[in-house]
Amino acid sequence: MSSEHSTYAPKSGAGKWFDQRLPLARLMHDSFVSYPVPRNLNYAYAFGGILSIMLVIQILTGIVLAMHYSATTSMAFNSVEQTVRDVNSGWLLRYLHSNGASFFFVAVYIHMCRGLYYGSYKAPRELLWILGCVIFLLMMATGFMGYVLPWGQMSFWGATVITGFFTAFPVVGEWIQQLLLGGFAVDNPTLNRFFSLHYLLPFMIAGVVILHVWSLHVSGQTNPTGIEVKSKTDTVAFTPYATIKDAFAMIVFLAVYLYFVFYIPNYLGHPDNYIEANALKTPAHIVPEWYFLPFYAILRAITFNIGPIDSKLGGVLAMFGSIAVLFFLPWLDTSKVRSAVYRPWYKLFFWLFVADVVILGWLGGKPAEGTYVFMAQVATFFYFAFFLIILPVLGLVETPKRLPNSITEAVLEKNKAEPVHA
Amino acid sequence: MMKKLLAVLFGFGLVASGAVAEEAHSQAEPTHFPMVMPVEQDWSFAGPFGTYDKGQLQRGLKIYKEVCSACHSMKLVSFRSLEDFGYSEEQVKAFAAEYEVQDGPNADGEMFTRKAGLSDKFPSPYANAEAAAAANNGAAPPDLSLIAKARGAGRGLPLVILDVFTQYAEGGPDYIYGLLTQYGKTPPTGMEIAEGTNYNPGFMSGKALAMAQPITDDQVSYDDGTPQTVDQYARDVSAFLMWASEPHLEVRKQTGFKVMIFLLILGCLVFVTKRRVWAEVAH
Repeated sequence: MSSEHSTYAPKSGAGKWFDQRLPLARLMHDSFVSYPVPRNLNYAYAFGGILSIMLVIQILTGIVLAMHYSATTSMAFNSVEQTVRDVNSGWLLRYLHSNGASFFFVAVYIHMCRGLYYGSYKAPRELLWILGCVIFLLMMATGFMGYVLPWGQMSFWGATVITGFFTAFPVVGEWIQQLLLGGFAVDNPTLNRFFSLHYLLPFMIAGVVILHVWSLHVSGQTNPTGIEVKSKTDTVAFTPYATIKDAFAMIVFLAVYLYFVFYIPNYLGHPDNYIEANALKTPAHIVPEWYFLPFYAILRAITFNIGPIDSKLGGVLAMFGSIAVLFFLPWLDTSKVRSAVYRPWYKLFFWLFVADVVILGWLGGKPAEGTYVFMAQVATFFYFAFFLIILPVLGLVETPKRLPNSITEAVLEKNKAEPVHA
Repeated sequence: MMKKLLAVLFGFGLVASGAVAEEAHSQAEPTHFPMVMPVEQDWSFAGPFGTYDKGQLQRGLKIYKEVCSACHSMKLVSFRSLEDFGYSEEQVKAFAAEYEVQDGPNADGEMFTRKAGLSDKFPSPYANAEAAAAANNGAAPPDLSLIAKARGAGRGLPLVILDVFTQYAEGGPDYIYGLLTQYGKTPPTGMEIAEGTNYNPGFMSGKALAMAQPITDDQVSYDDGTPQTVDQYARDVSAFLMWASEPHLEVRKQTGFKVMIFLLILGCLVFVTKRRVWAEVAH
């Protein structure tokens, strides 16, 4: 679907002059105007665009916040408060940025679920998916380090717990931890390097996003049927069709995000982070931000030793493994059919998987004791079983429904069934 | 598919963030605190159009000045922000001048004290956290600048989800009010209260806390006819502390309303345009 025939025709003299020297306008035109997209994309396909907007919002608010921030343990907490209280619209910048991180993750989780549901990771889009996983990893690192910067109690203790994971690795573990911390405990050097990295990583994300979009434009978008584009009637031009639909989805998403910013800006945060970091006072429950909770639950679910691997290392391996397994998804799913629409069993397991991750998230916020541990173990087992057992086996045993011959046929069939719905 | 996804993910965020714990407790040896959960109070600053009650903030300030500030600092709040309460600049200057702050060094290299001005923050009652702890049985009284956002008892399901729609963000003041009004109760039989601590079923970190009952009826005199009761004092000082934590709450909510209206109109226009653009294309 890559545009072999560019339809860009510069009208002005200056346009022609530039086009012969640096065809940037042509690139933009071919990528975001004449670029053909499947005509049957639904709103689940709007989250790529939404995510790029969120990245821009985070970078812009973050750059301004950094102008007022002081990455020193004695001043970090107060400098954030100073920003909120005394900088013009500082409260708005701060809440946009802190809630923006949450909604960045809301969007990325929906985006990933869409990929999972419609089989967007299958050939020839394996690299596209893997680049997405890289972005997700970078986002997690950025989010984690960003949460440390306000230097509240949860910042400090979250950083202590999470960097402590690395000590579980034999031989190199402590060395890695000390490299991350810049010392033996979370302190000023930690805060300094986290600030530096928190500023760097979003630009790395932007770089990988460019690769992600490039890869997308080479292989073309998938669509709810999972059938490749076969003829011109299967597609519409990106502009105006996808542009206007994405714009509407963005406005709805922004409305939800801004509702949180303006009305319940601290809802997704933890009250303890309004207490300045204190190395001598451990909070009753150390919990990461909500978007890490499923992985936190997996970490704590491993309470038993497996051969030479003790429970601590096992937990860390399970947690990293839960993300690493995503990278292998294109090869774990053996089905020839992409979309869950035509895979009744996969559809069921997909929703069970989503429910499982939600349950893991709930458990991640609960203390690791009693039945919660057992529930987390069952949920962790299902998480891995979904990727390592269910997906490979389902592809071999499941009988998919009849596939339409083309996107156009699928669309016409659907419109026959519900003629009112344009 | 989208609707289901959204609902599930949304629910997930909500559940996770509020999952701090609630549940039952045995009478004498409770394991979950506070023993009595905060009760939602009626606050003027709650809801989408909430505003602070200036009279209430003035009364709260009086309580802070006459009672709380003996032990609790409020070092992030500057005097000039008291103009939010309807005071003129002159009034705030006069108020600030009652405090002394350290300044310097002067040309001779000496530190000196001077009257506080508009740009100064509230001076702290103790020189440092160690001095504060030493004077208070080892437990330093917390700074109150952010206390109304730094406290909150877990809400539990289903409240934690409903809170998104009701815009409940007053867990802090509800908690403070609950704490201040539940002193002087008798502990259940069999419960041991450690020496030097004070039983309070509204306390979120244990059975009892270091702070003794800070205020009693008629301790602070009001000149606007408001009843001088512990209940009213607790209400007023909680509102004042909410303001201290979130001084820009009013402008935040007012801006939010404009933003929502704007997005609603823009959303409708874009939606109509989208329908028009797609009208000829079956999809």
